[in-house]
Amino acid sequence: MTPQRTLATAGRVLSQVRHDPRTIVLLLVVPSLLIGLLAWIFSDTPVFATIGPGMIALFPFIVMFLVTSITTLRERRTGTLERLLSMPLGKGDLILGYTLAFGLLAVAQSAVAVGFAVWVCGLEISGSIWLLLAVAVADAVLGTSLGLLASAFARTEFQVVQFMPALVFPQILLGGIFLPREQLPDVLRMISDWLPLSHAIDALQAVAADSQDAAYVGGEVLIIGAWVVGAVVLGSVTLRRRTP
Amino acid sequence: MVNTSAPAVDVTDLHVRRGKHPVLRGLTVTVPRGVVVGLLGPSGCGKTTLLRAIVGVQVVQSGTVTVLGLPAGAAPLRHRVGYVTQDASVYDDLTVRQNLHYFRAVLGAPRRDVDRVLALTDLTAQASQLVGSLSGGQRSRVSLAGALLGSPDLLVLDEPTVGLDPVLRVELWTLFHQLAAVGTSLLVSSHVMDEANRCDRLLLMRDGEILADDTPAGLLAATGTSDTEGAFLALIAQHPLGEATGSVS
Repeated sequence: MTPQRTLATAGRVLSQVRHDPRTIVLLLVVPSLLIGLLAWIFSDTPVFATIGPGMIALFPFIVMFLVTSITTLRERRTGTLERLLSMPLGKGDLILGYTLAFGLLAVAQSAVAVGFAVWVCGLEISGSIWLLLAVAVADAVLGTSLGLLASAFARTEFQVVQFMPALVFPQILLGGIFLPREQLPDVLRMISDWLPLSHAIDALQAVAADSQDAAYVGGEVLIIGAWVVGAVVLGSVTLRRRTP
Repeated sequence: MVNTSAPAVDVTDLHVRRGKHPVLRGLTVTVPRGVVVGLLGPSGCGKTTLLRAIVGVQVVQSGTVTVLGLPAGAAPLRHRVGYVTQDASVYDDLTVRQNLHYFRAVLGAPRRDVDRVLALTDLTAQASQLVGSLSGGQRSRVSLAGALLGSPDLLVLDEPTVGLDPVLRVELWTLFHQLAAVGTSLLVSSHVMDEANRCDRLLLMRDGEILADDTPAGLLAATGTSDTEGAFLALIAQHPLGEATGSVS
């Protein structure tokens, strides 16, 4: 594994995305449109103020999960992965290259979503906007790394799309957007304590309400980071140079 | 550390199964250095599996595969073996040049190598086109160009001339011989028998076994036939399928 090969891979993935302007527009605009829709639905109620921060975590997470899992699956299916693994490319170069490239896209996407939520939809953020953005980016990178992992267990595009409801929906349901996590049945609350999206939503709500200090938010981001590292390591273990 | 006297490829008693189906059953073969060796046989006879084992991307059950004196798939070989899969393994959403630049960076080859392989594969005019917009023959040449980067010592090419017009095919075979003349070893598979005469040596394969390992002229002399197709048929008559596979029915 070398920095040159990792960066070359990230650059290659970004060039591929650049040749697909429609995907770029969808990536940047769709989360904001959905947040806007939500703000409109709840315009005369206090609901948006409570679930708005959670939504900032949700959309980049889901979109990045899908985009990453499908792109890497395509690489496996078109034979380019076999070619790369017969060349002196480290498995880490590939996984980190992808994480870097999509992580960069995630920064842009989260910045647009946060900006739209705050300045257009009037979401009140009592804490630091930068902290909010940092959590949102960590969350999008989490989506990227879980998507990489999911693509290792899918053989077709149909399968990989099914991983979305399987891996993502439970985290949304248990994450505290539908019902505050303290009110969940005990077993479900303990499960939700282990899920990374719960920590992302907790952190975003804490920043929005300015109810906790930066150290608490940092701790939550660290938990998300641990999940990212775990998924990346597991993802590179599942890459095999020799296949049956 | 590199053994220069070893053959390009040395396969001994190789067993490979894909799924539940045995594809190679105790295959033994040697590919000499610096020549163009053709691997011929009908579709589904195990050519791709053998090539994958030589490149080191195939899980094998037993047997040894030694490439340039090292076990197949060893890390130093990843710089020295160029591999072209049957379907062009390139990125359709990148230009020809962007594809080659990425593969070059992965190999650590010099920048000017991209222009060299573009010229060798006659793709200079298409360099800035998206690969997805090219014809099938052009796409497979991009894949070949990628394998020529870094001037590997061994080129493993799986049906590189499929879908090419006759003129291009002749040009590619000329290129293969130019590469062999400067010391590159080439193993080229094909299911088109009339390409056999363009090879320095031939491996005829059927149902996971090597039926013949000879020069084209030697093969015709040994079988008393006038073309490779006839030679292949004569060999099949000498080795009925049941006997060759050792199965009892």
